[in-house]
Amino acid sequence: MIQKHNYTATQNACKTCTPLGAALAFNGIEKTVPLLHGSQGCSTYMRRYLISHFKEPIDIASSNFSEETAVFGGAANLKLAIENISKQYKPSMIGIASTCLSETIGDDVPMILNEMGSYAGSTALVYVSTPSYTGTHIDGFHHAVRAIVDRFNPVSKKAGYRPKHKQIINLFPGMLSNEDIRHLKEIFNDIKIEAIILPDYSERLEGPSWLEYQAIQEGGTPLRKIKKMRLSTKSLEFGSILGLSVKKGTESAGSLLEKRFGIRCVRMGIPIGVKATDLFFKQIEKITGKPTPEKYQKQKGRLIDSYVDGNKYISQRKAVIYGEEDFVTSLAGFLGEIGIIPVLCASGGKSGFFKQSLKDILSKNIYKQINVREDMDFTQMEEHAKFLKPDFIIGNSKGYKMARSLKVPLVRVGFPIHDRVGGTRILHIGYQGTQRLFDTIINALLHSRQESSKVGYSYM
Amino acid sequence: MKNISVLKEREKHIFQKGKDNFDISCEKKSLAGAVSQRACVFCGSRVVLYPIADALHIIHGPIGCASYTWDIRGALSSGPELHRMSFSTDLSETDVIFGGEMKLEKALLELIDKYSPKAAFVYGTCIVGLIGDDVESVCRKVEKITKIPVLPVHSEGFKGTKKDGYKAACDVLFNLINRNGIQKKVPQSINILGEFNIGGETWMIKEYYKKMGINVVSVMSGDGRVKDVTMASSACLNVVQCSGSVTHLAKKMEEEYGIPFIRVSYFGIEDTSDALYRVASFFKENSEILKRTEELVRKEVKAIVPGLSQIKKDLTGKKAAIYVGGAFKAFSLIKALKHLGMEVILAGSQTGTTEDYKILRGMCSKGTIILDDANPLELAKYIMEKDADLFIGGVKERPIAYKLGIGFCDHNHERKIPLAGFVGMQNFAIEVHQTVTSPIWDLVPRRLKKAKQ
Ligand code: SF4
Ligand code: SF4
Repeated sequence: MIQKHNYTATQNACKTCTPLGAALAFNGIEKTVPLLHGSQGCSTYMRRYLISHFKEPIDIASSNFSEETAVFGGAANLKLAIENISKQYKPSMIGIASTCLSETIGDDVPMILNEMGSYAGSTALVYVSTPSYTGTHIDGFHHAVRAIVDRFNPVSKKAGYRPKHKQIINLFPGMLSNEDIRHLKEIFNDIKIEAIILPDYSERLEGPSWLEYQAIQEGGTPLRKIKKMRLSTKSLEFGSILGLSVKKGTESAGSLLEKRFGIRCVRMGIPIGVKATDLFFKQIEKITGKPTPEKYQKQKGRLIDSYVDGNKYISQRKAVIYGEEDFVTSLAGFLGEIGIIPVLCASGGKSGFFKQSLKDILSKNIYKQINVREDMDFTQMEEHAKFLKPDFIIGNSKGYKMARSLKVPLVRVGFPIHDRVGGTRILHIGYQGTQRLFDTIINALLHSRQESSKVGYSYM
Repeated sequence: MKNISVLKEREKHIFQKGKDNFDISCEKKSLAGAVSQRACVFCGSRVVLYPIADALHIIHGPIGCASYTWDIRGALSSGPELHRMSFSTDLSETDVIFGGEMKLEKALLELIDKYSPKAAFVYGTCIVGLIGDDVESVCRKVEKITKIPVLPVHSEGFKGTKKDGYKAACDVLFNLINRNGIQKKVPQSINILGEFNIGGETWMIKEYYKKMGINVVSVMSGDGRVKDVTMASSACLNVVQCSGSVTHLAKKMEEEYGIPFIRVSYFGIEDTSDALYRVASFFKENSEILKRTEELVRKEVKAIVPGLSQIKKDLTGKKAAIYVGGAFKAFSLIKALKHLGMEVILAGSQTGTTEDYKILRGMCSKGTIILDDANPLELAKYIMEKDADLFIGGVKERPIAYKLGIGFCDHNHERKIPLAGFVGMQNFAIEVHQTVTSPIWDLVPRRLKKAKQ
């Protein structure tokens, strides 16, 4: 067993703050501008962080607290910010997230917005509370998604007409890559079922070069669709941690619709790996009655065949995985399925469900060989990893320092990818995403073996 | 073209030379909802102190502020690299309610024990300003126990702008210097202020001074060490670059130690030569120095001029937009771009002063747009209207330029290549040339349309 150092300070955090997740989710809604209620710095830093990953313009407004605001409250600033955004951007929605600052001074944002009638002209004002000292970016993301669904599907709409003939699926994918979202769209397109994917930043945060300046990029889940979510047949929500926390009473977008409108919500982990993707397609078949298209059967066939071709380069290798708990869980499931032991599964989050979700997804044999750490930073991770001697590490760019000092390859996945291009185009999910991850991992291992070999064989 | 409107409150921050006639409005809080490109007070402090590589930089607050500033700058160190770590007290809800002093104290003691830094800087963030932690007394206590300087940086984000952050950082540096009091002068010596060793720039500049026969006592803060900073009062002259950030320190040192200062810039041939000559002439009783300087400048310039003229052929008549943090950098860039035959059609800064903008006005040609504290929409509006070929800015400006099919050169602290000094000018020219002449622009819709017109 590895020893455990406990430091009071966080050293190189494996997380960012809550409003960042909310801002990202708001970027997945059509014609929406995110607005952080707090100081200028928070917005600018988050923009910089997101831009470095997406490599697209990302505007996040700030209500720009000053010392007076901190004393007298931020209502006036918030209103002014909303006014100015409406003028400059003409959005359909402003997604407002609180910050540590507005939370601490106790601004009652819902009340302020209520006074404004929850609209600024025709712009809908949607609020989510995201104090950073109570969670991480992934919490902010989920909370924002729930807040959007809540706002546009109020209890009062309960008695609405529900068409029986047409199947529509609400899909809450969580924080996936642009390519992942595009892949999901492709799948639903192929089975000819309409899915309302919330949020969908795959176009907005990766559009073509412009002819004219776009104050708000095109793309995102349209509000008119979000308003219809209450009429859908079923909801599908990714994230095993999210699933476990819903069981314990947390409200998610899916559970809200379930409770309010009786739309059954199917929860499952992010579909990475053959088994998880099988489950995904099985669920889709069950929900829609549509068979999995041959295209995907073929992808699966090729994937398993490649597992066989590559088995001896990966079996019993050791990996360190880190990132958001949900993402790590699903990646661990995939690695376990191909015989890689995720010797350390770490996250900066602390949902309290991390162990459970890993236990659920991994075989007993593998589970007993792993260490699970929530609320962990990169410095502690590195100290642990030294003892564990992984063959590679897998996660976002922020693990590069650790990879470098351990002298093992870093397989870049998830968010953020700050030191490479194409972070938005990494496909993680489905048979096809798994295929890419599988190839990338094996090639990383082969590369490092080849590099460190005296001989430098030109065949595997 | 779709019209991008400018907010009324912003109109006075935008000036077109030859058309408008008012003093540009500046040094104001950013307008709520306007999406300023500025960061906060904390950011200003972090910029200035960041390169001090053997100090512990701990950010007292919730995680975001630390997380977003982890290893974001290209400031190199020749030794320790503690500055590249991101330390945070990562305040949680209970800390916010009951105060974070205990946590800070514990964090400091543990980290100082673990990393043995030569000093510790405790950056206050917004939350700390609100919950009223007595950071000062925690620092004093820890200092007593650990026997290293432990200094609070008053950088609460909302208490001003980036400039106030510079000032807070200067106060910290001054505190360090002051601990040693007045010291014996080192002959023919300078401190280099406002130089942050991005991509190794400090090393290049120090090399110039070495060749000139000048002793560099300390650099604040490129490749910085606590000990060097504490020796700073033994220098004869402060040579201040990036004047926005460290003039406050230079002034304090002048008052306290009678060290005069000059403002210089190391961007571009003209400004670099000028900087070196002015330092040489300060030590004019030693005529050797001036001779060596002349020789150095001649040699360095000769080495890069042929390359530059080659590049100039392709760049002549191309149009550039500049949006940077401090106006001082814009001055140098305008000169450097002129050297490459380029015309500046937009020049702006996050933190320029009335004085700065007057100078800028004087330097720019008719029609040039001058912007204070701009936002993405304004930047986009004017680079399109003026049809720029090149945009010089930082990470947040890059996608604006790229989306519109405009070349880009990163001139921020996050870049990795040295752009200072003579070699830096060459690097700059090469980078500008590479991006402006890239054949990919031929494929970009906005350029295609233009070509058809
Ligand atoms: S104050 Fe809170 S919201 Fe702002 S950057 Fe820091 S952690 Fe994030
Ligand atoms: S909380 Fe304050 S100090 Fe931290 S990034 Fe935001 S504005 Fe800056």
